[in-house]
This record gives sequence, structure tokens and C-alpha cells, in this order.
Amino acid sequence: MADAKPAPNFAARAAAAADRRDTRGRWLLSAPALLILLFAAIGPLIIVVIYSFLKKGGYGGVEWEFSTDAWTSVVFQKDIFTDEITIADAHLLIFWRSVKLSFLTTVMALAFGFPTAYFIATRNEKSRDLWLFLITIPFWTNLLIRTFAVMEVIRNEGIVNSILLGLGLVDAPVQIMFTDFAVMMGLLYVYLPLMVLPLYASMERIDFRLVEAGYDLYATRWHVLRRVIFPLVKPGVIAGSILVFIPSLGAYVTPRVLGGGRNLMLGNLIEMQFGQGRNWPLGAALSITLMAIVMVALLFYVKNASKTGARHG
Amino acid sequence: MAETTPVIKRRRGRGFDVRQQTGFTTIAMLCFVMLYAPILTLVVYSFNAGTSVAIWAGFSWRWYESALANTQVQDASIRSLTIASFAAVLSTIVATMAALATTRTRNFPGLTFIYAFINQPLMVPEIVTGVALLIFFASIKVATGYTGLGYLLIAHTAFCIPFAYLPIRARLENMDLSLERAAADLYATPFQTFRRVTLPLLWPGILAGGMLAFVISLDDVVITELVKSGGQDTLPTYMLGQLRRVVTPEMNAISSVFLAISIVMVTIFFLLNRKKT
Repeated sequence: MADAKPAPNFAARAAAAADRRDTRGRWLLSAPALLILLFAAIGPLIIVVIYSFLKKGGYGGVEWEFSTDAWTSVVFQKDIFTDEITIADAHLLIFWRSVKLSFLTTVMALAFGFPTAYFIATRNEKSRDLWLFLITIPFWTNLLIRTFAVMEVIRNEGIVNSILLGLGLVDAPVQIMFTDFAVMMGLLYVYLPLMVLPLYASMERIDFRLVEAGYDLYATRWHVLRRVIFPLVKPGVIAGSILVFIPSLGAYVTPRVLGGGRNLMLGNLIEMQFGQGRNWPLGAALSITLMAIVMVALLFYVKNASKTGARHG
Repeated sequence: MAETTPVIKRRRGRGFDVRQQTGFTTIAMLCFVMLYAPILTLVVYSFNAGTSVAIWAGFSWRWYESALANTQVQDASIRSLTIASFAAVLSTIVATMAALATTRTRNFPGLTFIYAFINQPLMVPEIVTGVALLIFFASIKVATGYTGLGYLLIAHTAFCIPFAYLPIRARLENMDLSLERAAADLYATPFQTFRRVTLPLLWPGILAGGMLAFVISLDDVVITELVKSGGQDTLPTYMLGQLRRVVTPEMNAISSVFLAISIVMVTIFFLLNRKKT
């Protein structure tokens, strides 16, 4: 950009002015999108932070008075009679269940998704598209409908139990609905494509000469998988795991439908504060907590992605 | 796992495929069956003549007819389509503008900021966005007394923007500036260049972005459930409410229609994207 010709000042200034005009034009062109997002996505998030530091109103809503009650009650609860402060077991249990189920879902998704992505990546060009298409269709289908489809399969009068009863393997239907297992199955079913797609993207680029070199050096299939293929696709593994873990953690529909009223997750706990709970500040504080966990997971991802990127690039 | 040399020699014989991994194909097939079995069962039972969603009693269209005749379903469908069309059109227009501004350019001040801002809805859990909008819109409702469909329209538009933006941006990045420069050399005004050169080239990207936005809006449950006022059910929130009661195959019928729409959309999206390469 630095022009060292005669009259450098003039040329540089003209270029800078043109740059400024260009920048302003680009900002103006982006402005409508930014304004809509500011109004209906980002601005309201700031209000959530403010609300988490207010007192709760009698019938929902808030009173405009500073208070840290909401934040305290994320982890602690006050006995209404004795004012004794104890750990809020109910909340911690839900936190723990959310993290546990999201983690198990991620592990299961990896266990099923890795071979599937590998299978697709090792097909020939033409049929690869078709297999990918088959993974994409469920991903584009309404999440509620997919959850409903799982419900049809696992409920007491559902397919699995009809078959089991019909074959005489069990005398009474096996209760699968409204258990943690049902919620996990639902999450796995719903988010599996999110694991397969990034895994596929990194497997597609595997240089199979490296795999061949592994075999030439007397590696077994397991060794090749663990020492050659897995390190090559690690960025995809991390991306897929994050993409499954984050929405599982904030899941609302799947635990509501498959978990019933008892097996709540964080998303349901948050929603409850705005429904029956009528504790908006607590709901706001819980939302921020959820978002903080998500941000930590994302930062971990970004850090890892840039590290591996630097090593290979 | 003590492997001996003769074993390896045998395995590296003629039929040896370096890409093969033991059991992977089986798991992959299991995966596809797992993904499709529930959906297929759902569709099959939508044609069930009986009232149960588990016992097959013969083929019939009765649940499609009853869904069509259900006024609540009619209302919710119209509302869903209205919101999705509005959100898709508006978000695609503003996303196209933003994509034009943020691609094929030097790294101008604020570029990263705009990019992060537009992709923000993808990073925040839906339930958090939903709660934030509920709080914000509740105070607007109190202040203005307006309780119409506007809240849902603007909320859907906002979270559709990144979905519309990404395919358009991807398309733009694959278009070089030479044709536009040529047009400018031939004395086309910037508007003519845009109208006659950029827009026709960009069109598949815009269409893909718009369709993605449409499907995303149509599918939304969480944000709609939290933002809607009384009597503003969309099809997904209506279905969520129904799941609490005794489920009849009418739900399957509605779901199957929904599914058909999604599959048609993905297919078109897929073809649009493929033409590009």
C-alpha cells in the first residue's frame, strides 16, 4: 500500500480516503442485518444479564432493585422457615444430569458416527454424495418430529415393546420412556448427523498413502486406526464433539418429550422459571450459566483448532 | 495382540484393501437403519386405519383428512407458513447485503466484528435466546400494549440471518471479480453491474440461503414457544402441546407432510449446491 512515488502524500491520502469511503459503504450495507440482530438476538442477551441481578416480582417479572439472590439460588437454597442456607440439591442434580447426558450422548455419537463417517469417506466419489445426502435428510427434518418418531419406537405401546411382547421375551412392557436412557437415546438420534458431517469433512482429506505406509511397517488395522487415522482426523473429532455436546447441554424439546416431568435438563429448568416457577431472575442467572459453559466449550474448540491448524499449515 | 509375521503376510495378500476397517461397514449400516427406522415407522403409521399408533389396522387416508379438517391445525399451518415466508424473505435480503459487504474485500476495520455479530445466533443455545426475547418482548408488550405477530416475525428473521448468510457468502467467495470489472470497463453503472452480472451469478446462493432460512424458521420450537402470545401457536408448538395428551395417528399425518416438505427442500438445496461445482 505504501507508495514511494513522487507526491507520496497525495497518493496515500487519496487511497486512505477511498478506503474510508469503502469501509463506510460496507458497514452501511451490513447495517440492516446488524440492526435486526441487535434488536432481536444480541441486545436482549444484555438484558438477561441485568435481570439476573434484580429481585423477583410476585407474579413473574422483576422488581427494579439490585439483588444477588438469583445467583445465590443457582447453587444454594434458603429454607423458608429457618432461613438456613443449604446446597440446592435439585439444581445441582439437574446440572449434573445435563452434563452427564450430554457427555454420554457425545461419546455414543462418536462411537456410531466415526465408523459411519469413515464408511462414507471411503466410498467412491459418486456414491459418497448419496450417502451424505442420507445423513443430511434427518438433519433437516424438524427436531420435534424426530423426537416424536423416537417416542413412537420406545414407548410402552411402541414398536420395541410390541415386538418384545409379541416374541414373548417379556411379560410386561419395558419402561423406557421417561428415563435418563430415553433422553440420551433421543439426543443421540437427534444430534448424530452433527457428529458425522464434520468427521466426514476431515476424513475426506485423508491421504491413504500414509495408511499404506503404516501397513508396510507391519502395523495392524487397530494400530493404523489409532496411530495414523485418528490423529489425522482429530480436528473433525473435536468439532463434531463440540457440535453434539453444546446443543445437548441446552436441549429443551427432547428431554421434555422423552423425559417427562421428572428427568429435567438445564433447558427445562430455565424454562420452568418463566412458567410455573415465576422466578425470572433465577431463570436469567441459569441462562447465563448455561451460556458460560457453552462459551468455555467453544473457546476450547477454537484453541484446539488453531493449534492443529498451525501444526499442519 | 501379538501379531506374527506370517499372519500379516497373509493379510497383505491380493484382496487387501488399505481403506478397510473391521466392523466399520456394519456399524455404518446400523447407523443408517437407526436414523431411518423411526422416521419410516412414523410415516407408515400415518396411513393406519385404526386409532392406535402401534397396531396396524389397514390402510386409510383418514388421519390426513382429519388433520386437514382440524381448524387448529389449519390456523397453525397458516401461521407457520406466514412467519417462515416473512422471515425467509427479509433475512435473505439483509443477509445478501451483508454478504456482499463482507466478502471479496480487504480486511477493513470491523470485518471480524460484523462476522461474529452475524454468526452469534449459532453460538448461543436456543433456550437462552428464547428467554432473552421473552424478557425483552414482555417489557415492550407492557409499554406499548401490542401483542401481535410482530414479535415472532422479527425473532424468526433474526435467527434465520446466519443460515441465509452462510450459503450466500460461500457462493460469493467462489465468484471472482473479473466479470464485474469487465462490466465496469464497459461503462456499466454500479447498479447495472449488480443487476445484470452479480445478481444472476449469485442467484443460486440466494435461493439456497432463502430455503435454508425458510426450513429453519418452519422447524423452530423453542424460541417460538417462549415468545408467542396466547393463541399464536405455530405447527411445531401446537404439536408439542398435543404430545402431552393421547397421541393419535393424526400427529403422524401432520409430521409426514412436514417431512415431505423438508425432504423436497433438502433435495433442491442439494442440487443447487452441486451445480456450483
